[in-house]
Amino acid sequence: MTDQLRDSAAGGDVRLTGIGKTYGAFTAVHPLDLTVPQGSFFALLGASGCGKTTTLRMIAGLEEPTSGTVVIGGQDVTALPPYRRPVNTVFQSYALFPHLDIFENVAFGLRRRGRKDVKKQVEDMLELVELGQFARRKPHQLSGGQQQRVAVARALINHPQVLLLDEPLGALDLKLRRQMQLELKRIQTEVGITFVHVTHDQEEAMTMADTIAVMNGGRVEQLGAPADLYENPASTFVANFLGQSNLITAQVTGAEGTDLLLSAGGVRLAVPKARCATGAKEIYLGVRPEKITIAHASAEVAGNRNRLGGTVVDSSFIGVSTQYVVRTDAGQEVAVFEQNMERDARIVPGAPVVLHWNPAHSFGMDAAQAIDAGTGEAAA
Amino acid sequence: MTSTTAPAPARAIPPDDAAPPARRPRRKLTAYWLLLPGIAWLVVFFAVPMVYQGSTSLQTGSLEQGFKLTWHFATYWDALGEYKWHFVRSFSYAAIATVLCLAIGYPLAYTIAFKASKRWRNVILILVIAPFFTSFLIRTLAWKTILSDGGPVVGALNALHVLDLTGAVGLTSGDRVLATPLAVVCGLTYNFLPFMILPLYTSLERIDPRLHEAAGDLYARPFTTFRKVTFPISLPGVVAGTLLTFIPASGDYINAQLLGSPSEQMVGNGIQKQFLNVLDYPTAAALSFILMALILGMVTVYMRKAGTEELV
Repeated sequence: MTDQLRDSAAGGDVRLTGIGKTYGAFTAVHPLDLTVPQGSFFALLGASGCGKTTTLRMIAGLEEPTSGTVVIGGQDVTALPPYRRPVNTVFQSYALFPHLDIFENVAFGLRRRGRKDVKKQVEDMLELVELGQFARRKPHQLSGGQQQRVAVARALINHPQVLLLDEPLGALDLKLRRQMQLELKRIQTEVGITFVHVTHDQEEAMTMADTIAVMNGGRVEQLGAPADLYENPASTFVANFLGQSNLITAQVTGAEGTDLLLSAGGVRLAVPKARCATGAKEIYLGVRPEKITIAHASAEVAGNRNRLGGTVVDSSFIGVSTQYVVRTDAGQEVAVFEQNMERDARIVPGAPVVLHWNPAHSFGMDAAQAIDAGTGEAAA
Repeated sequence: MTSTTAPAPARAIPPDDAAPPARRPRRKLTAYWLLLPGIAWLVVFFAVPMVYQGSTSLQTGSLEQGFKLTWHFATYWDALGEYKWHFVRSFSYAAIATVLCLAIGYPLAYTIAFKASKRWRNVILILVIAPFFTSFLIRTLAWKTILSDGGPVVGALNALHVLDLTGAVGLTSGDRVLATPLAVVCGLTYNFLPFMILPLYTSLERIDPRLHEAAGDLYARPFTTFRKVTFPISLPGVVAGTLLTFIPASGDYINAQLLGSPSEQMVGNGIQKQFLNVLDYPTAAALSFILMALILGMVTVYMRKAGTEELV
């Protein structure tokens, strides 16, 4: 069964060229180019209204692009209706046929194409998603997680070149969602089909995808592997939307070896040139909260580390770590996550502290953009 | 409609309800008190008249000498013999009208539910209901004018040779539409159309448009999507609509009275005549009972065939 699926997946590249969508005066998706390599697990990540679902629906053929072309496995499908495209979709809240039982839901695509051997294939597919004993139930008799697996089975059984998933886990509770993420990842590895997954959950995207395209306002902000996006975000939106970032306003004062030298309110800081894509004079120096070490102001700090003095404003203990909010001497608030290994009893609100981190863990970006993009507060 | 979805009445109160147990019997009684007006209404206006009519149908006598209950079952047999063609006409006219209502109503309901914008949706729905602002009698009389001999409608139908076609199947004769079965069927179709459209619209409107997308995504062409997804899901609406059309249409007598000739008379006309003109109450009552029994039988068979209890 899975070998069969593998064969059909050959040449399942998705290439979007200049594809865009406008509704009257509103531009949902600005013309974008995107290539999803065959066999990859690709995530379109962004807040609601960023154009990710519209992009997916244009690949599925459910939405007609205003401009550009969609090529799947070398075939231009831009003008084809959904029922002629080599893709299948797992819909948000599943869209299972309420009048058909699970078996017939899964068999639907095969029957439409007049395939033989429907019974065997459906049974195998239900086995793959571990729903064999529910074949004769109606969708409403299943739990959310089971319905979700039916939706996946109903799409996968057609051996699409590309499987499109539109927020497939949105309706599930947190625990089930985590479980289904692993399940979907397992199925994708097993069948080797290209998955294009739309989600607004950054953790979900990072857990499952090989490549993430972060979308904002109808544009792709950044494209890359989850770790690359996290470690080296290209914009404040990506820095804030994927995890949490401290962004410190700083002026570029010079260069030293592979590093750029910065001045933030008189304090000397450094960032690797390779991790600062902008040539602007005023930049944001970014650093993830967990990369920062917090120490009492009296502690010794090695000279090659970035350091900022400040005062603890707030600390909250959350089990594995403690989260601190520190106001720097320049008056900016910085978040710090510290593993609870050796806690310094002196680090309490009001205490003078020094924050230090490896300059290689910083990233720089042009300060001409909104510092709070992607935090959720900026969206409103 | 399935037993699995309907909660048992006893569980109306959640088991973990914090209310003291002493209050529960009272809450149960409240439900019965609330039912009382409805039950009383049913008893006074349905059960009592039914018993009274049943007894009337088994009486013999005349208006002058008074009727006596003699358990005279032969009345039923005689009535059926005398009016069998009335029954045949009633059910065939009602069946044709129901099929026409479905054929006209389904595309309209589909358009309202899926194609019309929100504003147009309300406008069309109001237009569907608008005829109810006028009396049934006046609307039917209007059809007398519409279908009048030598009128534009008859002229057009004649020119298009539609009347030759309907004449061949016995729905019309010659150049006339009025006083033919076609006129009665037209009247019935027109008058009961809203009863078809409204339940159809309700069941279509509830269908998630994403089901259409899902079917398209799974290789169904638009027509296959309709045949395999939309229509089966709307089946409860089709059943409700056909029942709401067929049942009153087969008991109707106004349309046959105003648009037909004596040879298009339906059972309703027979009952009316027996009750108001001949004053043979037992025969009128027996006819009513036979009509009711036949409709009940047909509806039962139909419901079994349609198998709607399978649907959510």
